[in-house]
Amino acid sequence: MKKLVLLMLIVALVVPMALFAQGSQEAATGSQEDSKMGGVLVFGRSGDSVSLDPGRETDGESFYATTAVYDTLVEFVPGETAVQPALAESWDIEDGGLTWTFHLREGVKFHDGTPLNADAVVFSFERQFVEDHPYYDQGPWKYWGYMDMDNIVDEVIAVDDLTVQFKLKKVEAPFLANLAMDFASIVSPTAAAKYGDDFKNNPVGTGAFKFVSWTKDSDIVFERNEDYWDGPVYLDRLILKVIPDATSRWLALQKGEVDLIDFPSAEDLPAMAETDGIQLIQQPGLNVGYLALNTQKKPFDNKLVRQAMNYAIDQEEIVKAVYGDVGQVAKNPLPPTIWSYNDDIEDYGYDPDMAKKLLAQAGYADGFEMELWAMPVARPYNPNARKIAEIMQAQLAKVGIDAQIVSYEWGTYLDKTDMGEHQAAMLGWTGDNGDPDNFLWVLLSAPAAELPAGNIALWKNAEFTDLIGRAKEVTDQAERTELYREAQVVFHEEAPWVPIAHSVVTIPAKEEVKNFVIYPTGKRVFKHVYFED
Amino acid sequence: MFKHILKRLSLLIPTIFGVVTLVFFMIALAPGDPARVMLGERANAEQIEQLRAELGLDKPLIQQYGLYLSRIVRLDLGKSITSGQKIASEIKERFPATIELAIWAMLFATVLGVLLGVTSAIRRNTWVDYTTMGGALVGVSMPVFWLGLVLIMIFSVWLDLLPTGGRMNIRYFFEPITNFYVIDGIIMWFKEGTPKFLVSALRHLILPTIALGTIPLAIIARTTRSSMLEVLQQDYIKTARSAGIKERRVIYRYALRNALLPVITVIGLQFGLLLSGAILTETVFSWPGIGKWIYVAIGARDYPAVQGGIIFISIFFVLINLVVDILYSVVNPKIRLQ
Repeated sequence: MKKLVLLMLIVALVVPMALFAQGSQEAATGSQEDSKMGGVLVFGRSGDSVSLDPGRETDGESFYATTAVYDTLVEFVPGETAVQPALAESWDIEDGGLTWTFHLREGVKFHDGTPLNADAVVFSFERQFVEDHPYYDQGPWKYWGYMDMDNIVDEVIAVDDLTVQFKLKKVEAPFLANLAMDFASIVSPTAAAKYGDDFKNNPVGTGAFKFVSWTKDSDIVFERNEDYWDGPVYLDRLILKVIPDATSRWLALQKGEVDLIDFPSAEDLPAMAETDGIQLIQQPGLNVGYLALNTQKKPFDNKLVRQAMNYAIDQEEIVKAVYGDVGQVAKNPLPPTIWSYNDDIEDYGYDPDMAKKLLAQAGYADGFEMELWAMPVARPYNPNARKIAEIMQAQLAKVGIDAQIVSYEWGTYLDKTDMGEHQAAMLGWTGDNGDPDNFLWVLLSAPAAELPAGNIALWKNAEFTDLIGRAKEVTDQAERTELYREAQVVFHEEAPWVPIAHSVVTIPAKEEVKNFVIYPTGKRVFKHVYFED
Repeated sequence: MFKHILKRLSLLIPTIFGVVTLVFFMIALAPGDPARVMLGERANAEQIEQLRAELGLDKPLIQQYGLYLSRIVRLDLGKSITSGQKIASEIKERFPATIELAIWAMLFATVLGVLLGVTSAIRRNTWVDYTTMGGALVGVSMPVFWLGLVLIMIFSVWLDLLPTGGRMNIRYFFEPITNFYVIDGIIMWFKEGTPKFLVSALRHLILPTIALGTIPLAIIARTTRSSMLEVLQQDYIKTARSAGIKERRVIYRYALRNALLPVITVIGLQFGLLLSGAILTETVFSWPGIGKWIYVAIGARDYPAVQGGIIFISIFFVLINLVVDILYSVVNPKIRLQ
């Protein structure tokens, strides 16, 4: 009996030891060459892609993968929201902005050898909106709808082998930025025909990396495209690895199993900053969290009260308590990474005395009672609305405003705020295409205040709407910038919101990882990343 | 016995009907419009209507239920809303990972649990007993999530001995064959002549096995101990001992066999519960299994996936209980299956 127990214990101890011993051998990664070329980069991310067809999906995790494989006609300048040529070398705008002609880059090939030409571009777009197109049924093409492309694009025409023309239904300057988004990726028509319904699992594009394999919920593997038009691509291979838990991701980075990680948890950031061999790559995100004041309901129909709210709420305190190192106080509806952000505007700041004065002027010397709505869920732009509401409640009490915190289940919350049932409600927005229109028109224009409203301040300001309406129609960037800057001044004066914060995107990475740039639009781009020896 | 198995299998039908009904109404009556939640901030009224129609949410509840039942009868679990893939193939892709981990965890818990339980019972009220049972108490009250992170911290980060998560060193670019990685590793050993895949698969299994197996281990150890103590008091044991039969034979041949009966029941139940513990373990160790998949589906309100997953697990649970019943009659012929 004793011997048996002893034997089993020995087995139980020795077998794992033998396995441990293999450890150092397995952990060793491929050696790097002396130049920038080579290496396998592993990106630890929080979830798996839904599918690998960029037209079908809406989630960031899917786009992380498709961005590696596909290119677009135009692309975002690394780290910015402006666009630059990509598969299209140049473009002309005619008919007062109704006809856009794109000239394609010559000699580009898809990974399956199919040449990139105008037909491929037409195919990539028509499948998303021409209802009798043979591949239309592979949809739904959600982002096409989200970006309102049905009301923008009339037809896409192949003029000659390397020239594509878009005929628009209306003049819409942000259209160009839409073409830099993932849903506008150019796909190989040959591969789409070859794989049929399974094309969404077998992506073939012109991008920096070729798709190799996908193990669901685990990893997607890509290899270098040797013939990349925007090369050289330094990495031999790129792996997107799913590690759902934030702490586990951080542990995997410390262990060296992954080279950089997505969505670190805020509590770990101070420790990360102090860890040798780890760098934190940071940039404010393309988002805004705000408190919308319902301008159609008392007392927020009064501009003075809205301004008083801005003075009474101390965003600094909120950001410190709730966002920690991953937030930046907001003063404008646009995030600072977006072009035309008006930095000349001076924040209201925290000034309870000024708030009281304005309230008295507005006839609320004794304050008032209000409902303060807080979302029940964490969002990228607002990690904890309930906690923010509590801090606001305390701050508002100091100027005599008695705020009751109200919350609903998320779906109900969205429905009720859409219908303008609230007095004041927190919400936020994450931008899609990096165009100011994608924030200001959707969230603050008069048409967006029609129920169900995207503009939940129900703010109908003719001057503001006119400015951003004109900015939609001129295609000159400098002119558009001026109009948006002016619009932000009107917003500041009228104060339909209390802007709260922009959350900061942080990517912790090994120090050897070089040239990784955070794109404000949320893309993760590895085409020019390399390892330093 | 064969007849009994058939009868038990036929009982699956009402069980599954019950599960389907319960799951359907629980989800249908949960507050919030799934279409609204799925589309989030950026939805307009038209898109919400369209999605509701796509999901069949615009029909009366009873009609939705009828449609759902008729699909289940045809063994059609439907398609996932988020991925558009068939639920059946989604499950097929992930279930091997969960089962592989569950089997190892159960093996770990059973072998070690019975061993510790027996040792404790024999050495009753000695330091061995106190340590083991104390350890079991800690084990049973340990939060799996926390235990997993601590294991990673110690064995992966500090001691640098084991990987932090996943099923295989991803730099091996391994393409699964059966999707049971230990089996695949053995196949690869024959095919490619290197055991590295097998070794990597086993190394990745160690920490999640311990994390997932700790609670069942503690429960099995405690059950074995008390059951063993009870049996050791029995007259026939005293008779056997007085007849001069060797102590080892008395314990393993006569006592343990009877003591194992309640333990087997516990093992069966724990195996079923393991599937729920798997959600946490799979999340901490980035294990691409079914538990984590259902968890994500709940968050995304992917109802067909949640329903399909729960139905699948329920069937699995019932089947395991059936196997336990059969084992019962093997261990103790006195309990005849009718």
